[in-house]
Amino acid sequence: MKKTLTYIKPYAGKTALGLVLKFLGSAAELVLPYVLSYIIDDVIPTKNSALIYGMGGVMLGFALLALFGNIFANRLSAQVAGAMTHDLRYDLFRKTCYLKCRQTDEVTVPSLISRLTSDSYYVNQMVARTMRMGVRAPILLLGGLIFCFMLDVSLALVLLATVPFVAAAIFFITRKTVPMYIKVQAGGDAMVRAVQEDITGIRVIKALSKTEYEDARFEGVAGNLASTEYRAQRVMSLTNPLTTLILNIGLVAVIVVGAMLSDRPGVITGFLTYFTIVLNAMLGISKIFVVLSRGVASASRIEQVLALDEREQVLPSLPAGDPSRAIEFRNVSFSYGGKEDNISHISFALGRGQSLGIIGGTGAGKSTIVSLLLRFYDVTEGAVYVDGQDVRSVPPESLRKKFGAAFQNDFLMAASVRENIDYGRGLADEQIIRAAKCAQAWEFIEGLPGKLDYDLAQKAGNLSGGQKQRLLIARALAGDPEIIVLDDSSSALDYATDAAMRRAVAREYPGAAKVIVAQRVSSVKNCDLIVVLEDGVVSGIGTHRQLMQDCEEYRAIARTQMGVTE
Amino acid sequence: MRREGNIKDTRRFERRRVNVKYIFSNLGRYLRPYAALFVLVFFASLAGTALSLVGPRLCGLAIDRIKMDGTTDMSEIWRYAAVLAGVYILSGALTYLSSLGMSWVSRCVVKRIRADIFKKLMSLPVSYFDTRQAGDIISVLSYDLDTLGESLSNDTMMVLTSAVTIVGSLVMMLVTAPVLVLVFAVTIPLSALFTWWLTKKVQPLFRRRSSKLGELNGFVEEVIAGHRTTKAYNCEEDMIARFEVKNRQAAEAYTVAENYGTISGPSVNFMNNLSLALISVFGAILFMNGVIPSVGDIASFVLYSRKFSGPINEIANVLSEFQSALAAAERAFRVFEEQSEPADAQGAEELTDVRGDVEIEHLSFSYVPGVPVIKDFSLTAHSGDVIAIVGHTGAGKTTIVNLLMRFYDAQSGTICIDGKDITKVTRASLRRSFTMVLQDTWLFSGSIFQNVAYGDPAATREDVERVCRAAKIHSFVSKLPQGYDTLLTDNAINISKGQKQLLTIARAMLSRSPMLILDEATSNVDTRTEQHIQQAMENLMRGRTCFVIAHRLSTIRHAKCIIVMEHGDVVEQGTHEELLARRGHYYNLYNAQFDSGE
Repeated sequence: MKKTLTYIKPYAGKTALGLVLKFLGSAAELVLPYVLSYIIDDVIPTKNSALIYGMGGVMLGFALLALFGNIFANRLSAQVAGAMTHDLRYDLFRKTCYLKCRQTDEVTVPSLISRLTSDSYYVNQMVARTMRMGVRAPILLLGGLIFCFMLDVSLALVLLATVPFVAAAIFFITRKTVPMYIKVQAGGDAMVRAVQEDITGIRVIKALSKTEYEDARFEGVAGNLASTEYRAQRVMSLTNPLTTLILNIGLVAVIVVGAMLSDRPGVITGFLTYFTIVLNAMLGISKIFVVLSRGVASASRIEQVLALDEREQVLPSLPAGDPSRAIEFRNVSFSYGGKEDNISHISFALGRGQSLGIIGGTGAGKSTIVSLLLRFYDVTEGAVYVDGQDVRSVPPESLRKKFGAAFQNDFLMAASVRENIDYGRGLADEQIIRAAKCAQAWEFIEGLPGKLDYDLAQKAGNLSGGQKQRLLIARALAGDPEIIVLDDSSSALDYATDAAMRRAVAREYPGAAKVIVAQRVSSVKNCDLIVVLEDGVVSGIGTHRQLMQDCEEYRAIARTQMGVTE
Repeated sequence: MRREGNIKDTRRFERRRVNVKYIFSNLGRYLRPYAALFVLVFFASLAGTALSLVGPRLCGLAIDRIKMDGTTDMSEIWRYAAVLAGVYILSGALTYLSSLGMSWVSRCVVKRIRADIFKKLMSLPVSYFDTRQAGDIISVLSYDLDTLGESLSNDTMMVLTSAVTIVGSLVMMLVTAPVLVLVFAVTIPLSALFTWWLTKKVQPLFRRRSSKLGELNGFVEEVIAGHRTTKAYNCEEDMIARFEVKNRQAAEAYTVAENYGTISGPSVNFMNNLSLALISVFGAILFMNGVIPSVGDIASFVLYSRKFSGPINEIANVLSEFQSALAAAERAFRVFEEQSEPADAQGAEELTDVRGDVEIEHLSFSYVPGVPVIKDFSLTAHSGDVIAIVGHTGAGKTTIVNLLMRFYDAQSGTICIDGKDITKVTRASLRRSFTMVLQDTWLFSGSIFQNVAYGDPAATREDVERVCRAAKIHSFVSKLPQGYDTLLTDNAINISKGQKQLLTIARAMLSRSPMLILDEATSNVDTRTEQHIQQAMENLMRGRTCFVIAHRLSTIRHAKCIIVMEHGDVVEQGTHEELLARRGHYYNLYNAQFDSGE
């Protein structure tokens, strides 16, 4: 919470002014009933109508003061909340962009997204609402009580006596309903999940004639939701009648006590008006608590991320490797979780301009090798060298500049085709077109309205899977990188297109080292070096020919995929 | 649910024109069973509100009994107090009961509508789901119906009590001091005019605010999900700059909207205060002139005026809530208008004891009129044959499956199974005679056992274990702490795509249908595992008529007939050898997988 509050600091002046105005505005409103009772008790008996008009003028004045005070205070609160949320979001986004992959894994992507979206929204709500109602409600409550004491001490005590009852009622209802609404949320989630599942599985459901079964299942889910909702509402709808009842009973008490002790009906009239104000203030405070507690929770989630140290350590003193090799793994082991190794004791080396194929089943550790190469993670043992330098000895930016990479399930922005290939590098159109041609993407880009200027929808929904992959490959090629990494990035392409792409890459980018991760033998068959991975361990290394002779695993894969033994 | 607020905001400010009559006739159907309760609620709330309106009047009368000179008759005051307390308690109880009743009705109605819409959805043809975003359908069933329910339980009560309060307090004010009511001739038009102006001004601003926030959030989702790519290309700064543009726009749209939006609160209060000032002044003057007989009248008038202006200010709010509830209801009821899968033909037979002979004759089909996907396609398959369908991605291979299963109906031509036209048999029996394993594995949130046994309610634990062994997934399942009772929910256990596919293969193995459809059934299984389950797959296929869609051509070499599709057309048809000899599309496809470039 502390850190979040510092974001208000630059706007301290506006905040203070806003709070003062809010205070004045709310206080002004409180004066009105006091004037009313003054008119009834003190002015009417004097029969001075001029004074009555005067008092009317005073009331109008205070009403106007309240109006403008509150409006300006609200504007200031909107400005402060808007600006501080902007700043907070900016810092959070910047931090998130630079987080280490390990940190991203720990916090998880969905959670990071929700911190940037919903949590920042709730912090915004908290700041704006507290500046508006958070000041107003306590002032109205306290001020209302103070004015009551000024009017008549004993009557005010009667009023004060009802406050704990109302507070208790609100407190107990809230405490009882909060867990109930959590259940309602869970019920809602279950309902949505049921619908989602059945929509995606509609073919299976229809094929197995299970629609009636699903109807019944859903009826159960919907019924459960309805009954939890009703149970929560049963308690929740007590709030209004109950608080009103308590205050009304207090009101009756005021009349009785007033009749016993006081002889001034105007005082009682004023009192009755303050009653309403105090009641509303209490309801307002209970709402503020909800906003506040949610906001504080969100703020702390945001602060957790802001507190992370995202800097990668650079250790220039680490020994260098063989400078004639583009890539070298020396006895590399690595573990995501810190317990079992995900890959262990892996060694291989690749010369400049050569190509490396990595093949193996799902979970064999293929993508892990790519991650270590780009230093998304640090090895647990051994060392990874790029251009003869330990990847930990150079700044990550200059290391990654050497690469052009396309990953599995990579992302495309809702922006133009050009922007997606260029990706913030400021490349010339010739480079982009050359890369697109090479990636076999130019053919379909030319068919798009506006070609390179064609705008992709969110998640590139307006492209097919194969088109997306080809754009990603184009992106990897466009920067003329020293090392091209294609991590399972042609799986949606048919064999012919895949082959044409690989031929073009070899022809157009002869100087670059190529790392091709694939499930298909045909994708890696012609690589200078093929690494066969199985459960994180190298089970074979060599050319296609060598592996067909020596590596049982490789032979088996080739056999099932191509139906030949060669 | 966390982002519900934003979504509701967006929905709320959508501009829509709704067909009120249509909505109410539909809603009426659902409300009818609760008519009696509804009437009860109506009268309870009427009585509750009316009683609460008597309060201020009684207060005024009681205050009048307080004598300035201290000769107040306490017993009379006590009597008033007792009556007042009784009135308030009764009114509170009635208010609570009526809101309970209303919320019960609304929950029941919403539940009924929800279940009915779902039932309707299940009866709709597959094409409905193919042409719509799942998110849209879900939002109808969740957000829209929630909005409707909230509106039913809160807004109707609100309107009911507001109406009673407005009329009641107006009457009471007229009774107390008719002249003073003239004050509202000033303030009500003023606030109505103001509200109208503000709403007009603010609505587009709020729409902009939520759309800008939506853009920002959408961008964040994309970029964070592609975190590694951003890192790999060192383009953090570029992304931050892009973000900053959207962030600034969102903040600015927020501030502008709030600048105007937050005027309404203080303005409403001002109108109330203005009324109070006017009533005080004129009340006092009129009292001095003897038009108003007592000070107590001023007191009760002030209280009534507060009650009176409250609901008037609420009305604008409630109206906009109502508007969005009506729009939501309309979206929901529109689902009922969709065409269900046409009923089975009159006198449709049950397909029983199927051998699995499939005869397709001159079949033509198009999803979009004028864009044929299949043209004059014929095929004969005998029981136990393997028919393979190959082609590029997006070539329309699954269309054949859609037609066989009658997820879609062909425009012309016939498909016969065992000589019976499939449009003349019941859909259920037709579909029962097929088993499918699809590329998009489908598991629901239930236990592993339930998922595997889904197609066969009679399957025992032994049956399930047997097929799971055959599908090479048993050892994985038995290593889980809860074994076959493990619940497959979003993230409870770590299960890979390949393992999911093995579970669906196991599910298919439980079925004894004479025909089998394999649509890229092993695409997510890694090669090693694929080898292991090869025997099981062969067992699964043995003796059944199989339709196999595959990427890897090795799996289908021995098919009785291979259908090659391109751009939605069937371009070649024949056995592996015939097609290779033809040196056409299949020949190219087949060689591509050995052709490794360079």
